[in-house]
Amino acid sequence: MSSKDSPAAPVEREKTTGLHKGDIVPGVAKVDPIIIADGIRRTFGGLTAVNVDHVEIPRNAITALIGPNGAGKTTLFNLLTGFDKPDAGKWTFDGHSLAGMGAHKVARLGQVRTFQLTKALGLLTVLENMKLGAKDQIGENIFRGMIPSLWRKQEAEIEERAIVLLKKFKLDAKSSDFAASLSGGQRKLLEMARALMSQPTLVMLDEPMAGVNPALTQSLLDHILDLKDEGMTVLFVEHDMHMVRHIADWVIVMAEGQVVAEGPPDQVMKNQAVIDAYLGSHQDVDLGVVTGRIEGELNTAAIDLAEEVKELDANIAKRKETGK
Amino acid sequence: MNTADYRRTRRKNRRGVLVALIVALSAAFSLMAMPAMADEVNVDEYDNSIIGNVKLNSEPLEGVLLTVSGGGYEVEVATDADGRWKVGVPDGDEFSVTLDESTLPDGIAVIDETGEDDTPNVKEAMIGPSGSTVMNFFIGRGERNVTSFFDQFVERIVNGVNFGLMLGLAAIGISLVYGTTGLSNFAHAEMVTFGAVMALIVSVDLGWPVWIAIPLAVLLSAGFGWTLDAGLWKPLRKKGVGIVQLMIVSIGLSLALRYTFQYFRGGGTEQLPGSDSPDIPLFGSVSLSQTNMISMVVSIVVIVIFAWWLVKTKIGKATRAVSDNPSLAAASGIDVDQVVRVVWILAAAMAGLAGVLWAYFRPGIRWDMGAQILLLVFAAVTLGGLGTAFGALVGSIIVGVLVETSSLFIPSDLKYVGALVVLIVILLFRPQGILGRKERIG
Amino acid sequence: MDILQILSNTGSSLIAPATIGYALAALGLAMHFGFTGLLNMGMAAFMAIGAYGYAISILTFGFPWWGGMLVGIGGSLVFALILGIPTLRLRGDYLAIVTIAAAEVVRLLFLTTTFDKYTGSADGLSGYHASFRSFNPIPDGTYGFGPWEYNANGWWVRIFGIAVLALAAFILWAVMRSPWGRVIKGIREDEDAVRALGKNVFSYKLQSLMLGGVFGAMGGIIYALPASVNPGVYVTSLTFFVYTALLLGGAATIFGPIIGSVIFWGVQTLLSNLLPALVNIGVLPFMTTTQSQTVRFILVGVALMLLVIYRPQGILGNKKELTFVK
Repeated sequence: MSSKDSPAAPVEREKTTGLHKGDIVPGVAKVDPIIIADGIRRTFGGLTAVNVDHVEIPRNAITALIGPNGAGKTTLFNLLTGFDKPDAGKWTFDGHSLAGMGAHKVARLGQVRTFQLTKALGLLTVLENMKLGAKDQIGENIFRGMIPSLWRKQEAEIEERAIVLLKKFKLDAKSSDFAASLSGGQRKLLEMARALMSQPTLVMLDEPMAGVNPALTQSLLDHILDLKDEGMTVLFVEHDMHMVRHIADWVIVMAEGQVVAEGPPDQVMKNQAVIDAYLGSHQDVDLGVVTGRIEGELNTAAIDLAEEVKELDANIAKRKETGK
Repeated sequence: MNTADYRRTRRKNRRGVLVALIVALSAAFSLMAMPAMADEVNVDEYDNSIIGNVKLNSEPLEGVLLTVSGGGYEVEVATDADGRWKVGVPDGDEFSVTLDESTLPDGIAVIDETGEDDTPNVKEAMIGPSGSTVMNFFIGRGERNVTSFFDQFVERIVNGVNFGLMLGLAAIGISLVYGTTGLSNFAHAEMVTFGAVMALIVSVDLGWPVWIAIPLAVLLSAGFGWTLDAGLWKPLRKKGVGIVQLMIVSIGLSLALRYTFQYFRGGGTEQLPGSDSPDIPLFGSVSLSQTNMISMVVSIVVIVIFAWWLVKTKIGKATRAVSDNPSLAAASGIDVDQVVRVVWILAAAMAGLAGVLWAYFRPGIRWDMGAQILLLVFAAVTLGGLGTAFGALVGSIIVGVLVETSSLFIPSDLKYVGALVVLIVILLFRPQGILGRKERIG
Repeated sequence: MDILQILSNTGSSLIAPATIGYALAALGLAMHFGFTGLLNMGMAAFMAIGAYGYAISILTFGFPWWGGMLVGIGGSLVFALILGIPTLRLRGDYLAIVTIAAAEVVRLLFLTTTFDKYTGSADGLSGYHASFRSFNPIPDGTYGFGPWEYNANGWWVRIFGIAVLALAAFILWAVMRSPWGRVIKGIREDEDAVRALGKNVFSYKLQSLMLGGVFGAMGGIIYALPASVNPGVYVTSLTFFVYTALLLGGAATIFGPIIGSVIFWGVQTLLSNLLPALVNIGVLPFMTTTQSQTVRFILVGVALMLLVIYRPQGILGNKKELTFVK
């Protein structure tokens, strides 16, 4: 699943900079935040999954939420989107307070999400999946639904929009197939396209690259970058450091439920707290092997880690060279 | 406690609340329309009076004798055709009104609603400033000199615990199966009936002694559980059939088995030997039949052995591991299939034993006897938290006691309703049950 | 053995009020289970509420027949709300247990002697036909041919029942092809995904429960329309039988539930006539006539198992479109 294997060289696009106000510390204020969260805490039994004092997500930028397994990224996602209720805390989206609001209301405000385990609606066709995404459908009321003349026109418009999006995501050939027949990567694409049908302002992607065939990775990345160009804000959870570095304008690092660092990707990568957080989660891996001092067998997790460490090292070295 | 006793105590309070209501209402009525026809004594002599209306289920009782006494004044009065009476009384605050129960029809008594009064047919009347007071009695079917409320309550609790332990044997099995396979097994009811029917066949049809018949029935049940797993559930698991499908399959199996029992045993009720064992008084008015005592002891012993098995033995620990997380358990080298097979055998054996005990408790064996308690078992399992064996036991005892004691307060033909409503309410506020853990989301 | 009589009875059962009642209830379950994925195991209660609501409002309160039907429908809507608001947030198998428990509570409340005055407790209710029959537009007499020969009242009940069934099937078809139906099917597939798209999943489930519940209540009314309300009918097995009819035809189809009910009753009637006749002429020596009446219920159970295992999509269902919630 590593994007290292992706064939096409990425087309570099301009990163958005100057998102923050003042010194870069965890919880730094943003120039134009779309989400402002305060004191979000969620515990499961005795375990604190999320404990975020303050965090802001910049508007019209791509923000990556990274961190080791169990850092609370997905839980934070669930909390922000109303799929889970925090024990304490409040947060706003575009000025609306979302605390205590149900998931569907959050989505109606223009904050849509995808899931780590793709939720394509298997026994609906691809086109039906897409149409389901559209907001404010007249025919979704049971009584009006019984009178087709009321919703036919809107339905045609929605279908037109869906087909345009499907073309863009190269799924148009599959539009009358059951979604269950799609490959894992196609389902990810479908889920993202479906989310876009609701014309959101903030798109939240939970591990958009997980399980995606390398051949599709580049097109997915491009789609995400396009979202920003079209004026949307993107917040995504990802493990793949290449992807983060490649497309994110801002990175927020979580560990043990807290925001431990944030900043532009290049700066975050050299942050000691980030390195600690990542190494801390890989205590089962012999550090000697990871850093290349000792010969040994590495499992896949350790290989990933070794890559990350090399990357971080390289970054740090590069920064040192440029004298920054 | 044998059935006769059981029915009697039930009957006593069956309509208590309703009768009280009706009596109160009719009293209100009799106040509004002053009884000109009432059998009146000394009404013209005195300004103050005590009036009343004796009715049973809104039917007036005629010719019931009452005595009003106090301050050296004593007078007797009989009710008229409308059940009414009125007595004039001299100045004075308190009078005692005694209803002569021997003048009530057979099987009818004055009922004590509070449970504290040993002589509910005697009441104190206070004359208020209006100079008139209403004095009514709660009349209902029942024994005169009824057992005190407290004794009844204790008796119900003892019975409830017995019933609960019996439910627990069935509930543990359902819960183990759910925990290890995810199946809500509706056919568990028929595994209960199976045990009872096997005991019946061995003891009555073959004429073998009960102490052989019952263990044999439990063994046969265990074999039945193994057969069901090997012949049906395991192949379906291998086929990857979803849990909702499995549940509907279990419903089909339940119907097929239930009517198979009816096919062979007919629609009637049959008794196991010893179902009419004598009552042994314990304390107060509480008594238990021999079989019920044995039944309680057997339940407790089996549950204790089961608990030891689950906590201490290797296979018991493996069972808990599989309940906790099947894929993790499989990954750590536990033979999930073997665990599930053992669980089916155990669940069926305990269900079979529960069937035998249920046959004594009901009493009697019928083709649909298991289905009669299936929902209570589900209620118990859900109450305790789906998939936790000890939770199922706790839930069972709560349900058992609830069902038995609730008929003190609500009509006895609604006694299962109370338990089921509690089930629904619990699910509302604590879907994970009393002992269950909240599932982690995300 | 009178083969003609057996076939005639079987033929007659195909449009019997009981068959129509089952078909309506099965349509309700298609809404709940087939399209929405709600494991409602309490359909018997919806039918009971329809039937008792109809009978009680006529017998106790003197309503006209259509008033009684409105009460039955209203009762089922209220029951759907009471049942749905607390339970629709629960997981599938929990929902099954709660609905079956709630159905049992409803049945026991109708059965208890406490409300004997209104419900007739174990005797049930009867003698509420006058109002419905007085609206019968068919002149007195016997009509029809072969197995389908009924008097004016018999036809009135059947025609009315079929009209209601047709209307229910049309409504179900109309809502399921609309965007509303798309949301409903989406909920069956994955309710979180639908929620993430801004749909109020809870509200949709409740609407589905109410619509299907109304079908069930009408089924209960049609079932009770020609004869009596008998509390022994509304047991949990009724729900299971309706499920069998539904799965026979195809759970996520419009005509499946109807065809399934017709087949269910056709086979039931055939067996209940044929088996005793076979016993009587000595073909089945190992069986008594009483036992032969039990056999058909064993077969229902076996059929339900086989259907779910080998043909979960039913007769009319699309093979690809397996309709079981995960």
